[in-house]
Amino acid sequence: MNFVTPDFMPAMPEIFLLTIVCAILIIDLFLKDESRGATYMLSLIALAATAILSFTGYSQETVTTFNDSFILDPMASILKVAICVVVMGVFIYAKDYLIDRNIYKGEYFILGLFGVMGMMVMVSAGNFLTVYLGLELLSLSMYAMIAMQRDSAIASEAAMKYFILGAIASGMLLYGMSMVYGVTGSLDLANLNKAVSTADRIVMSFGLVFIILGIAFKLGAVPFHMWMPDVYQGSPTSVTLYISSAPKIAAFAMMYRLLVDGLTDMHADWQMILIILSVLSMALGNIIAIAQTNLKRMFAYSTIAHVGFIVMGVLTGTQAGYGASMFYAIVYAIMSVGGFGMIALLSRAGFEADNIDDFKGLNQKSPWFAFIMMAILFSMAGVPPFLGFWAKISVLQEAVNSGLVWLAIVGVVTSVIGAFYYLRVVKVIYFDKPMDNTPIKASMDIRMALSINGVAILALGLYPTALIALCINTFS
Amino acid sequence: METFVFYIFSAFMVLSALMVISVNNPVKAAFFLVLSFFASAAIWLLLEAEFLAIILVIVYVGAVMVLFLFVVMMLDINMVQIKKGFVNNLPLAVAVAIAMFATIFFVVGGESFSQSVFTIPDRHGADYSNVAELGKVLYSDYVYSFEIAAVILLVGIIAAISLTLRRRPNTRHQKIEDQIAVKSKDRLQVVKVDAQPRKYEPAKEEQK
Repeated sequence: MNFVTPDFMPAMPEIFLLTIVCAILIIDLFLKDESRGATYMLSLIALAATAILSFTGYSQETVTTFNDSFILDPMASILKVAICVVVMGVFIYAKDYLIDRNIYKGEYFILGLFGVMGMMVMVSAGNFLTVYLGLELLSLSMYAMIAMQRDSAIASEAAMKYFILGAIASGMLLYGMSMVYGVTGSLDLANLNKAVSTADRIVMSFGLVFIILGIAFKLGAVPFHMWMPDVYQGSPTSVTLYISSAPKIAAFAMMYRLLVDGLTDMHADWQMILIILSVLSMALGNIIAIAQTNLKRMFAYSTIAHVGFIVMGVLTGTQAGYGASMFYAIVYAIMSVGGFGMIALLSRAGFEADNIDDFKGLNQKSPWFAFIMMAILFSMAGVPPFLGFWAKISVLQEAVNSGLVWLAIVGVVTSVIGAFYYLRVVKVIYFDKPMDNTPIKASMDIRMALSINGVAILALGLYPTALIALCINTFS
Repeated sequence: METFVFYIFSAFMVLSALMVISVNNPVKAAFFLVLSFFASAAIWLLLEAEFLAIILVIVYVGAVMVLFLFVVMMLDINMVQIKKGFVNNLPLAVAVAIAMFATIFFVVGGESFSQSVFTIPDRHGADYSNVAELGKVLYSDYVYSFEIAAVILLVGIIAAISLTLRRRPNTRHQKIEDQIAVKSKDRLQVVKVDAQPRKYEPAKEEQK
């Protein structure tokens, strides 16, 4: 047989990350608890270097390697950089929280980095196998991270729920993939499109339904959203930060790879299913979020509503729609990491600032962080000039352009309903009296990172053209 | 003949799978699961996938199920508690199951995968090595997936250890590494005592 050595260069970020994570794993074994900061610093350096490697690998052409199981295209490069940057934020916000809770262990960072690797594999997956393996790598890391706070019954419960439901979703996804593989005889997403025209249409649609089910579960779209509020609330905030932000970018990439790269020809079939998912997610997420008093739960429902928008961009089936959706996914991750970062900032040993009441009178304690929280919330609600507004408007525009005006109207109406619960938190921050006068105790790096995060939401909102153009250009 | 063998093992597999979820005793359920693994291994043998069949027996029957049995025997599972409401929910469950089965059967019935659509794969001779062929594609075409699978196993190890390893200084467990590293010096201490003439002391007990 003739064996051709694959081209390793396109996969350089992944190979680098794997090598350095293994190195960190070994180094961490020899560190004492007092010097755990070294693991933290090394993890940040690893992420920064991976982001730079992904960025330098950016090219307009699409490169495939490893027998087409790895794709490097502009979308993959941009999303990899976004994932690395967002997870850097996660690690910085989580540090103080982990120290206060006595769970400042090397495993948090190592599993987090392995999860990043899983996300990167998903982002540039070229066949069914790599999509699934990347997803499992990410999920397995997340299950373990949630369960790490062993003494907390609620965290164990969240981990159990996530694990069982995640396993069922993976099973569904695999079942759908096996059906599609059964009739097309191809695992390659690129070949799939060629095979679709000749394959048995009914079995293809049948497989497609199960594949979408798996995707919807990972995204958290209604009616596969049940796990999200419980898991977000139950996990330690350090882990909620992680699972709520970057994995959604990866889930968007998975949806794009499977539905657009693999099954574009079945667009008419999956568009209808995605419309239902999108409408239900936006409506249910925004309405149920109103009733929440726990901020983590409220953010979970708001995530469901945001997922509805991400799905809406993809279902248009146009290049601009995918670009808008990708922009939304990145913006969502930036906002979400900031929102949960604020909860982590206000929490301290023995106290979780995860109720809306805990934010009462934040303006009197710290006007600066009150402003940042306001920026994050306004951005999530879609108030101009913040970043979230541009994300919403670009998705809605694409929905209108592709003739789905009624869907755009549903999006706008549910967003207006959703604005209520974001504004309620803003009102609590600025107009209510604080419950206690404990000053905010946080180290310099988390303050810096949150400030950058908040300012970025405002600044990118004022000058959004560069980021939007970057996302739109990837697909044309 | 081959069809006959196939149907025999298929029947074994389906029936034992049914028994897994219907028998009361969890240990028996585990054994039925073993039986259904054996039956599916036999079906793989019919497909000339010898390596997969052997792996299924070695890994699943040999390792996974034995561990599973251990866990089942260690746990005190109260079946009465679990079975509560079984009869009440049975009609609904059966109706849902039949509806699911019927829809799937009518959508993707046997027709879609029949021999008119797919040709029967070639038969290979006795000199054909299944393992070699698998190895060739695994380490060439699918090397990327193979490496990711290895990383997943590594994550599994890290997760399992970090979730179960805990140091409890108060428990009286053996410190095996200390026991192995012990030297004769640590165990036996020879103390030099100068020989001294012993003075006579009157016995004090008598005074009490």
